[in-house]
Parts: sequence; structure tokens; C-alpha cells
Amino acid sequence: MSAEAVRSNSRSILAYAAEHPGATLAAIVFGIIAVMAAFAPLIAPQNPFDLASFDLLDAELPPIWLEGSDPRFLLGTDSQGRDLFSAILYGTRISLMVGILAVVIQAAIGVPLGLWAGYAGGRVDSAVTRMADIQLSLSTLMMAIIVMALFRAGLGGETLSRYAVPLLVIVIGLAEWPFFARTARAATQVEAAKDYVRAGRALGASSFAIVHRHILPNISSPLIVVATTQVAGAIMAEAALSFLGLGMPVTKPSLGTLIRSGYDLMFAGAWWVTILPGLVLIGLLISVNVLGDALRDALNPRLVRR
Amino acid sequence: MKELAAGAAFLGQRLIQAMLVMLAILIIAFAVRSALGDPLREIMGEAVPEAERAKLAQELGLDAPWPVQLARYLGNAATGDLGTSYVYKRPTAEVIIAKFPASFELVLGASLIVLLLSVPAGIYCAVRPDAFGARLILSLSVLGISVPVFLTGIFLITIFSVWLGWLPAFGRGDTVDLGFWETGLLTRDGLAHLILPALTLSSIMLPLFIRLVRGAMLDELGHDYVRTARAKGARPLRVWLSHALRNALLPLVAVGGLQVGTLIAYTLLTETVFQWPGMGFLFLEAVTRADVPLITTYLVFVGLLFVITNTLVDILSLMLDPRISLEGTR
Repeated sequence: MSAEAVRSNSRSILAYAAEHPGATLAAIVFGIIAVMAAFAPLIAPQNPFDLASFDLLDAELPPIWLEGSDPRFLLGTDSQGRDLFSAILYGTRISLMVGILAVVIQAAIGVPLGLWAGYAGGRVDSAVTRMADIQLSLSTLMMAIIVMALFRAGLGGETLSRYAVPLLVIVIGLAEWPFFARTARAATQVEAAKDYVRAGRALGASSFAIVHRHILPNISSPLIVVATTQVAGAIMAEAALSFLGLGMPVTKPSLGTLIRSGYDLMFAGAWWVTILPGLVLIGLLISVNVLGDALRDALNPRLVRR
Repeated sequence: MKELAAGAAFLGQRLIQAMLVMLAILIIAFAVRSALGDPLREIMGEAVPEAERAKLAQELGLDAPWPVQLARYLGNAATGDLGTSYVYKRPTAEVIIAKFPASFELVLGASLIVLLLSVPAGIYCAVRPDAFGARLILSLSVLGISVPVFLTGIFLITIFSVWLGWLPAFGRGDTVDLGFWETGLLTRDGLAHLILPALTLSSIMLPLFIRLVRGAMLDELGHDYVRTARAKGARPLRVWLSHALRNALLPLVAVGGLQVGTLIAYTLLTETVFQWPGMGFLFLEAVTRADVPLITTYLVFVGLLFVITNTLVDILSLMLDPRISLEGTR
């Protein structure tokens, strides 16, 4: 890229930022949370998974801006003397990881089905559409709660906690593939009618090559938008399951688990153990949702801004 | 007459469909029970000698092949017998039905709030899309969607129970037993206990319904009949309410009805936050105690609620849609 192009590029980003303060703020908040979560092992003063490193004498200390706090613990401690700042960093990491991996599974199922349905049409199309409708009519959160509850009742809490991450990823991932399938299908139908697809077919390219090498790159923008909102949904679903005690275990807490385990302490006056992870979760969800909206507006050329 | 017959046929078809779905749910519940449960524990409790277990299993026909057992389970289910709870030592259906009023009153309270707020707010946002208030409502509804329902509950408790001490945070308070229904709606204490949980549950449904009402109204307001009514000199309020809103109800009922599964999930979360003694709270308790018969019965109940609402929504849509209205009833 030439220096000229870089300059004009960065100028247009700045201009966009000035025009969309909400989206910019969301991007900054999300960036900070994501970077801190990604580098949690480097930033966190304590390893929150190492139960041996806690001292019960440090339990329920308030954040440093309140009286009776300890400078070692920036955001205070929980009932076991775990440093809340470290726990939140690692918890955000788990929440983000589960959310993103679940969406990868959703996309891995939904996008090929949608591409295929949109390109082939006919019976394939109606079968995929019907499957998607049935899956969506069952509430995904309710299904996830029931499946995790059955695993928990069948395997017991101990075994469940060992396989919590893959189970959550698969359960949340399987539940919401129709969103990707629908978007991919609709966009593929539009693309399939275009000249380049007909030209490709005339030149003897296989359907597989046309769909994957030519159509897929052209429908990536709507898929990115869906992926963003789906990540927010998956993070929220994981948090809800963990809050119910059907998700991440106390020994490896996500944000939802932290909120759950801090909840009992709230009435004893230690509100920060619940409220602080809750605020981080809300910040994460709002920023991802606002970013999703902004992406949709930015990537949709048909949309005329008022 | 022809239309009436068509209506009856539609109704019959929907009922058969509903029964088939219930059958499928019962078979799934049976499979879960066989995989996870121990029927002897239901009867004898824990710690029973192995020889005695084998003998009893044979007497009760538990060593029968699974199709026989399935047939027996379905037969019992038809008479309302879905098993005995390990923990409560009572029929599971009875245990769950006893908790139904609590959940129902919570949902009722939340629905009232949603209905009273979403219809005016949605209409306002549709007819005055550029007003500051409308933009504010829509921005707040994005926020509302982003805040998990259990956190809304926790924040409300923190503010109104812990800090201000105005409202109770846990349970249902004083209830009145009407014989068939234990209600919290007749006492001051019961109503006070309902406020925060109902607000919490409504907070997550409200943004969705405001958007739904707004979207449906926007659709209707663009139609010719609205312009005609205006041109005839009908007052705006009359046009909005008696023309547009009536037609906007159809998609509302359809989409709203399909949310029942989500509503049950959110009710479960709300009940957990407020330790509200409803069906969801009972279910989670059953999960921690591995009370398999109670868990599967809950599944059957949720399935039943799901099937009933979906069938009702279909019938309601038939009644609300003027294009498929039955001759002579209008």
C-alpha cells in the first residue's frame, strides 16, 4: 500500500469515527476488554484457577476505593480470598472463548447449508429452510438449559465441570446455526443470478468451486454482521447457563459463574463480587451489539442513512 | 357453511399435530428416564440389597423389553401418572402443578407490564419516528436487549432491597390458599414481593415487543386504507387504534406466541434470582439433586405449554386474519 493510500485510509477511519461516536466508543470498549482478556495471564496479578494460592484471611476485601481495602487487590476479593480483578480477566477470557467458538460451530453448520440451499434451490432448499424453521421455533436458550441440565443430572456436577467448555460450545453452537443458514441462503440466491456465476458455469467450473471460491467471498459482509450479533447472543447464553449452575464450574469461573458465586455475598454487604463482573459482562454485550449494528449499517450499501 | 367446515378441518388437523408432538416429547422423556433414572429408587429409596432389588425389578416388570416399558409409561402418562419424585416421594405431576400458580402469577405480572407499556410506546415510536422520545425509547431498548435478565434482577435487588430497603427481594411473601390455587395476589405482602420479579421479567420482553408493535404499526400505516381513513377526516388516534393497531395485532400474536419457550427460560432465570418458588426453581433444584422423574416431568410440562400456546396462536391467527375469517361470524 502506498503512503498516500494509508493516509487517506486513516483519514476516512477518523471521519467515520467522528460521525459515529457510539460505534467508536463501542469499538474502544470492546478493544480494551478483548485485549485485557487475551493477555490475562500477563496482566493478572494472581492465577484465579490455582486454589492453593488463595488465603481465606483475604476473603471479601472491598475494591481499593473503599475503606478497609488491601492495595494488593485492585477490585477486592471474593469469599475464598480470590483476587477479583484476576478472576474477571480470566472469566472474560472464558466467556469470549466460549462465545466465539460456539459461533464458529454455528457458522460451520449454517453457512454450508445456506450456500447449498441457496445455490441448488428446489428440494434441498425447502428441506434446509424447514429444518431451520423447526430449530428456531424451539427456544435456543430453553433447549440449552434442558440439555445442560440433563448432562448435569446424568454425569454429575464433577464430571460436567471437566467437560464444561466443549459441552457449552457444542450446545450453544448447535442451537443457533439457522441464523447463518438463512443469511447465507438469501445472499447466495442474489449472487447466483449474477453474470459472474453464469460465466463461471459456462467455463465449466464445478458447482463446488463456484459456490466456495466465487460466491462465498461475495456474501461475506452479511455473514460478518450475523457473526457479530451471534457472538453477543452466545456470550449471553453462556452467562445465563453458568448463572444457573449449568455452565462453567466455580473452579474455572466465567463471568456468569462469578456473578452466581458472588450473589450469595451480596446480602452480606460484599456487593462488588457480583456487580463488578456483571458490569463487565454488560459492557461486553452492549459493545458487541452496538458494533454489530454499526457493521450492518456500514456494510449495507442499500441502506440510506437518515 | 363451507368456510365453517374448512375451519373445523383446520382445527382437527392442528389438534392431531399437537398430539403427535406431545407423543414425541413423551418418548424423549421416557428415553431420558431410562438412560438416567433408577425406577427402584423411586419406590424403595437408596441402599437396598442387590438380591432384593433384582426380585422387585422382576415383580414390577422392569426387566421387560423396552417397548413394553414404553407402552406402560405412555399408558400411565395418559392417566396423568408421570412417576414419583425421589425427593418429595409424591407423584411428580402433583409436585409440579403445585408450583404452577407461582410461575403463572409471575408471568401474568410481567405480561401486564409489557402490554401496558409496549403498545403505547410502540405506537408512539411508529407515528412519531423522529421525535426525541421515540429515539430515546429505541436506544433504551437496545440497552435492554443487551442486559441479561438475571443481571437486571440483581441490579433491581441491589437498588430497591439492599440500598433503599423498599421492596422484598426473596420469595412470594404471604399467600392465600384458594384450595386449588395458592395466590399471592390477594395480600399486600404478596403483591410487594411480585413487583421486582415481574419488572425483571418484563424488562427482557419489553424491548422486543416495543419493536414488534412499532414494526407492525409502521407496516400498517403505509397501507392505502390508512390514507383513505385519514382523507375521510378520521381523527389520527382513531386511525391508529381502531384501524392500524387491529391489523398490527396479527403479526404480534404470531411472533409473541412463538416466544413462549424463551419466556419459560427467562422465567426460570428470574425465579432463580428471586428464589421465587415456581416451576423453574423446582426444576433446577431437581437437577442438583438428580431427581430424574421430576426432571422428565418438567420436560413434559414445558412441552405441553409449548404445544398448547402454539396451537392457540394458530387458532387466534385464524380468527384475527380477515382473509381467512369464517363467514357469518363477523
